[in-house]
Amino acid sequence: MPHLLTRSLDRGASIFLLVVAACGILIPLSNLLLPAGSALQVPTYLVALWGKYVCYAILALSIDLIWGYCGILSLGHGAFFALGGYAMGMYLMRQIGTRGVYGNPILPDFMVFLNYSKLPWYWHGFDMFWFAALMVLLVPGLLAFCFGWLAFRSRVTGVYLSIITQAMTYALLLAFFRNDFGFGGNNGLTDFKDVLGFNVQAEGTRAALFALSCLALILAFLICRAVVSSKLGKVLIAIRDAESRTRFLGYRVESYKLFVFTLSACMAGVAGALYVPQVGIINPSEFAPGNSIEAVIWVAVGGRGTLVGAALGAVVVNYAKTFFTSGVLAPYWLFMLGALFVLVTLLLPKGILGTFNSWWDQLSTRTPNADSAAREDGVTEPKMAE
Amino acid sequence: MTTGEGGDLPPSLDLLNSCRGCPVPVLFLAIIRRLLLSIALIAVSVPAFAASFEESVAKFANDDFSDTDEAVGEIAVSGNPLAFPIISALQDERLMFDAETKKVYVKQADGKIIDAATGAAVDKLPDGAAAVSLNNRLRRTVDAALGGLTLLSPDTNTRLTAAKSVFKSHDEATLPTVESALAKETNRAVKQALTEARAAILLFKSDASEVDKLEAVATIRSRGDQEALALLTEISGGDQPASVTKAAAGAISSIQSTLAVWSGVQNAWYGLSLGSVLLLAAIGLAITFGVMGVINMAHGEMVMLGAYTTFVVQEVIRTRYPALFDYSLLIAAPLAFLVAGAIGVLIERTIIRFLYGRPLETLLATWGLSLILQQAVRSAFGPTNREVGNPSWMSGAFELGQITITYNRLWILCFTMAVFAILLAMLRYTALGLEMRAVTQNRRMAASMGIATSRVDALTFGLGSGIAGIAGVALSQIDNVSPNLGQSYIIDSFMVVVFGGVGNLWGTLVGAFTLGIANKFLEPVAGAVLGKIAILVLIILFIQKRPRGLFALKGRAVEA
Repeated sequence: MPHLLTRSLDRGASIFLLVVAACGILIPLSNLLLPAGSALQVPTYLVALWGKYVCYAILALSIDLIWGYCGILSLGHGAFFALGGYAMGMYLMRQIGTRGVYGNPILPDFMVFLNYSKLPWYWHGFDMFWFAALMVLLVPGLLAFCFGWLAFRSRVTGVYLSIITQAMTYALLLAFFRNDFGFGGNNGLTDFKDVLGFNVQAEGTRAALFALSCLALILAFLICRAVVSSKLGKVLIAIRDAESRTRFLGYRVESYKLFVFTLSACMAGVAGALYVPQVGIINPSEFAPGNSIEAVIWVAVGGRGTLVGAALGAVVVNYAKTFFTSGVLAPYWLFMLGALFVLVTLLLPKGILGTFNSWWDQLSTRTPNADSAAREDGVTEPKMAE
Repeated sequence: MTTGEGGDLPPSLDLLNSCRGCPVPVLFLAIIRRLLLSIALIAVSVPAFAASFEESVAKFANDDFSDTDEAVGEIAVSGNPLAFPIISALQDERLMFDAETKKVYVKQADGKIIDAATGAAVDKLPDGAAAVSLNNRLRRTVDAALGGLTLLSPDTNTRLTAAKSVFKSHDEATLPTVESALAKETNRAVKQALTEARAAILLFKSDASEVDKLEAVATIRSRGDQEALALLTEISGGDQPASVTKAAAGAISSIQSTLAVWSGVQNAWYGLSLGSVLLLAAIGLAITFGVMGVINMAHGEMVMLGAYTTFVVQEVIRTRYPALFDYSLLIAAPLAFLVAGAIGVLIERTIIRFLYGRPLETLLATWGLSLILQQAVRSAFGPTNREVGNPSWMSGAFELGQITITYNRLWILCFTMAVFAILLAMLRYTALGLEMRAVTQNRRMAASMGIATSRVDALTFGLGSGIAGIAGVALSQIDNVSPNLGQSYIIDSFMVVVFGGVGNLWGTLVGAFTLGIANKFLEPVAGAVLGKIAILVLIILFIQKRPRGLFALKGRAVEA
């Protein structure tokens, strides 16, 4: 019955892609073309907010790729997200030019404030967009490559890996908080003026950024789909379910892990880069270990090992967060988030979509014959245990 | 010191002082007289002196600035125990005079009136009494006089503080007071401080003899601390005889090498102290993570609950039984163990037991729990820091050589070692400890031998959480008690356990102290934050080299 599975997933995937594409086209159009105040017009603040969700969805995809399909639980993926964001932020800072408070054509405001005499060497080149865009991919990718190369080669797995990824993002958090680190310290990078010559505050730019984020989500989804449905993806799943056995079969487990970990970090970097111009600030708190763990719960809620589920989880949890933290229920949000962690792991180990999928499979196979359904369970359900 | 008689002072000093301000020959005469008639004069000098003191006091009654100035000068050097209350009364405008009777009174802070000249209590002020007036110049004189007077205070600590402040200010004008204080000082520590103060003054006194200055350098060199170094560096730039400059340079290098050794000792102590805090925070985790393999991200919140238990205990004690305050920690420790332990057992029974064998899910679920616990405490106690006091036996500090050791850090070190020892003994010698070790080594075999593994699991988790609660009691003494207390320890604790090796309490001990000491030795070189980052990076690299920590378990347990 694997055909049915692929077909159903394909159907899910196509629906997902259609929805994202429709959002990516219709929301900006409605925001720009319809008159303000019309019932169908999406206000600009909502465009920015949903743009943020879409970036989170890309981050969730990148986490699902390594956790759901390769069993690597990274509690430091927020670090790659934030590094991508900082690379983009540095470009945006250089674009401010003389419009800053101090009007220095080269140095961003915070550097003037902190008495920098010249631009630190690592800020050179960020006045060019192509260079910044390259760095968005390269910096998280390189860090993930070095980190993964060290970790996977010496077979640091499971919980140990989770803890050292957390230590990594914690170390970066401490480093970026320092003023002399050259990234604006506590306040981070903010007060952006324009991106590629367009004003970041303008409605048109925001709509375009939203459309771009949707495009990036679609691309990321297609890349992930391509990876997990290829032969490579099968090996990844094998590693997830029985790492030693895969190694004994002659696969170089660490190379596979390293590849997918680096790819995932690059995706997280892109998500961060799209996130920064839409929220207008990047500061060290993005590195907080709590953020990375929260991103993992999006994946768990949506459905670990289902790409659509990861993106869905990110949007659902963040929508709930916005909804609850802005109302009278604000003090209870952390209770709910905490309960979500506990209940999802206890009661919904496969997440919303995973549970829905297996329920749908059971329902649709009940009619042909019972024993094939039983057999299929063993094939289709991703094994969750380590 | 507010009331008393002048007669109990050593007469020699009185005599000397009573002649201050006289022409030099008179002073010599006075000294010779003292030498000749040392004993016989006692009887004579006291009344003679008393008269002059009364005369000085009477000058206040004129309420004339220059008379007041003279009176302050005379009284300050009189050595009369009333001098301090009189001059401080003058400063606060509590010194009253009656122009008609020419009598001067001190209105004490508690409202009682005494006669300034005799110290005798007076029922009420005469009707025409007014405060002796001051101007700015007089205020300065009064301040200086009070500074000198504290050197002669009957309270040892006041004298010591005064001597130390003179050492810092090395004001030439205080030299006579310092010398007279030195002559009659009996306390060894104060005498030492006064000698040093005198040396400091002499070094800066331009007309002091070279011999005096060399001696002063030697005195300050033997003091050998940061302040001495600063003082010597200051004079070596000034206009000094060559021999003094040379001696000072020698003293500076000697002090610097002493200081280097002491700063090493200081860092080691700070490191031990930090290590004990880390160990305390991590030791419960070493049980839950190390022995059971459960990733408890809510461990920090157990520590926080322990700290809040201490807060509640202290609140109850403050309002109901204030006398018990010194015992608050002793009461809080078992309570914190029970509270955190009970919550631990509850968590194990309701959540964690369904997640055995799924460590990553356990991690997420306990992270969720930590959010819930934090928010619960925030709702119950508010988001701000709560005040937890130090009992008297934990506050203060003592000096060991040139390092200062605070009692609370010392007690925490002792407490940590005690907890560690008890835990080790418990694992080794009790039935529960035996069962715990059996379940850790081979769960199925242990179950086959009739051990109720699920009961052992619950108790082990409770034990680990309870110890975290006890850690909270200790940490409440040195950290802010806020809902975020636990979060600041969780990453460090994991680092300690992972570094030391999972499943090994000794590894945790070594890990905690290694990290603590390494951190404190890196701090002066790299700065606090960079030092911490360096430690994190080093641990990440170390894990690559030894993925199972310093002391890895060997054999079958590794596979579990």
